[in-house]
Amino acid sequence: MVEAIRFRDDNVHEEPAVSLDAFLDQSNATAVRIEAGEDARLLLPLLDRLALIEIDFPVFGDGRGYSAAQILREAGYKGELRASGDVLVDQIAYMRRCGFDAFAPDAPIDAKVMKKALDLYDEVYQGTTDSRAPIWKLRHG
Amino acid sequence: MKILTGNDLKTGDVTWWTGSDWSRHVEDAVDVGENFEAILHQEEASRRVNVPYAIEAEMTDDGPRPAHIKDRVRALGPTVRPDLTLKPADPEAGNWVI
Amino acid sequence: MGDISMYQYDKYDQQMVDTRVAEFRDQVERRLAGELTEDQFKPLRLMNGLYLQLHAYMLRVAIPYGTLNSKQMRMLGHIARKYDRDYGHFTTRQNIQYNWIKLEDAPDILANLASVEMHAIQTSGNCIRNISSDQYAGAAADEIADPRPWAEILRQWSSFHPEFSYLPRKFKIAVIASDEDRAAMRLHDIGIQLVHKDGELGAKFFVGGGMGRTPMIAPEIRDFVPADELISYAEACLRVYNRYGRRDNKYKARIKILVHELGKEEYTRQVEEEFAHMKTLGLNPPVEELARITEYFADPAFDKDASDDLDLSDPDFNLWVDQNTVAHKQPGYAIATISLKPKSGIPGDASSAQIDLMADLAEQYSFDEMRVTHSQNIVLPHVKKSDLYALWQKLDEAGLAPANLDLITDSIACPGLDYCSLANARSIPLAQKISERFADLGRQRELGELKLKISGCINACGHHHAGHIGILGVDRKGTENYQLLLGGSAAEDTSLAKITGPGFDEDGVIDAIETVTDLYLKERQEDERFIDTYRRVGMAAFKEAIYG
Repeated sequence: MVEAIRFRDDNVHEEPAVSLDAFLDQSNATAVRIEAGEDARLLLPLLDRLALIEIDFPVFGDGRGYSAAQILREAGYKGELRASGDVLVDQIAYMRRCGFDAFAPDAPIDAKVMKKALDLYDEVYQGTTDSRAPIWKLRHG
Repeated sequence: MKILTGNDLKTGDVTWWTGSDWSRHVEDAVDVGENFEAILHQEEASRRVNVPYAIEAEMTDDGPRPAHIKDRVRALGPTVRPDLTLKPADPEAGNWVI
Repeated sequence: MGDISMYQYDKYDQQMVDTRVAEFRDQVERRLAGELTEDQFKPLRLMNGLYLQLHAYMLRVAIPYGTLNSKQMRMLGHIARKYDRDYGHFTTRQNIQYNWIKLEDAPDILANLASVEMHAIQTSGNCIRNISSDQYAGAAADEIADPRPWAEILRQWSSFHPEFSYLPRKFKIAVIASDEDRAAMRLHDIGIQLVHKDGELGAKFFVGGGMGRTPMIAPEIRDFVPADELISYAEACLRVYNRYGRRDNKYKARIKILVHELGKEEYTRQVEEEFAHMKTLGLNPPVEELARITEYFADPAFDKDASDDLDLSDPDFNLWVDQNTVAHKQPGYAIATISLKPKSGIPGDASSAQIDLMADLAEQYSFDEMRVTHSQNIVLPHVKKSDLYALWQKLDEAGLAPANLDLITDSIACPGLDYCSLANARSIPLAQKISERFADLGRQRELGELKLKISGCINACGHHHAGHIGILGVDRKGTENYQLLLGGSAAEDTSLAKITGPGFDEDGVIDAIETVTDLYLKERQEDERFIDTYRRVGMAAFKEAIYG
């Protein structure tokens, strides 16, 4: 296991993430892991209890996790949102835009390459939960 | 016979394994028998070729000819643009392709 | 605004494409240095339109909604000369492809494109592709508005979309604004038709069309989306697809399968639910943004006194005007189509010299503007009728004046096995042979409108399902075999063609086409087109004529 990359100031949440089914069944877990095909909306009534949500990417081309992340952030989730699995440096910028703030990639990511990728684009065309102002907003104030 | 083919990583040119290197001419291809996995692995890793793979071919008097039409088109070039094939001056060049 | 009546980049748009060039340059360097494997690099190069094809790398350049100015067209010619083998191929997606690109040159080519406000972003990959539109947009007499500002809004929204760049499969959107459909709108993942409702301009949404292995005509899922909710609604359509589109089977991953499996009502219900949520998120650009973009597409400075008189005494010119020009919204002007379907030619191919010439002619005669059509031709949208003869003479000299628009020799053909690694059979030689068999223009005109479309495999890039006559190339035990289809249409009377029966060899399928057209001439009533007669008479009679 490669060390997680975090864009948060708080402490790493120590409790291991349980599966979605287990989480929905038991009341006291504070960390959950959802698989690519699972419905993130099932968590919405319970977000207050959660400090960590891990979303798995079985292969980098499976983009369901991007929507799952957006849905959670749109609903106001403020805890750690971690992408795990086949997470590659060239996808991290989009993941950040969808609200992920922690990464647990299967293979190590070069920090310098990642920084470059994240700093590359000054502006964005569309609004997401990352609250960056889209270009149309810059044009019209 | 089995021969190896791929595309040059930098230029994209179709290339064929000669036993020690990659050639643009299918005539230079050699029979690799069944033990080609190691060659594919090593050549991909050394970045001389992109996504190499093995195909069936037949040895003729003019050299190896791929068994499948797709690989024969790859070996010569587009049949509709003889001027852009590897043998633009030879009007008979495409006869074995189709 | 300048003199050009098309969108022009501001500093933001320019910065986005410039940054993309730098990003891809870095990715190519990492690939060449071995830091990226081909598996990791492939999706990155595909997001920049770079394929590995049968003979070499192929670069697909986006031509947003098919609109180009002369400077851009000249750059396409320059790229063909400098980096390719002196030609380019205009595609059914209103784009251009280069067949002989070197990986190490690709970043420089993208830099060249960026210098004329062009790019290859998202011309491949499982993302939202180039937005297509009506090639007569802004010029057509029958449109209710210019659809291109809407297409441009969608282009910007879909570019670098973080949530929708790893969809189950590719995603194609078309926008039109007239009842006559010249863009195969209902054969797109999302088809949008601009409509008026209570005096307000909005978008009618059709979702889940497409060709490929399982052709489907998109059902209408909403009759009106207001301009200021367009993006929210598109987001809703895409999110439902991204979450629930099939990822277990590549061939069932397009949105048409999802809409089909859920049923139109259930898909629509889910979209509406998502839309209600999306509307609250502030995703829509204000109407001022659409207004800003629309201003760029203002009419060029038409001569209000231009005359409709035309000297048609030259018979060849007369034929060309009759066949290749259509009514313009502005009196005294015409829309002229340059056919890239000469006898024995390769449909959609143009040499760098022809590309340059078309750019010159657009500058001289069409307010600097051109369009690429999904039928692989080039349109000069705004030609003064009094200039048509001079234009035609120059086109004719360069072999660019076949008077065959929408006739049997104006065929669509995918690159087929001559270029494409997915193909099972060649397509281009069939188009060439048909152009030879039906070379007589009088005979072509007698047959009238006849859309012939050829694909070299079931992925249907040659739109064979949508041809009045379609040809599908298949591999039968290692030899090329061709199935004949009849009865498709990509127009507003959208229909899907059906296979006649057992396939043929190359000459056999051309003979069969002749049999079919002979039967049409025998059976047709009054002004019926081929497709009308086919629909009235039915498949059985055609089958009988072909197979006995």
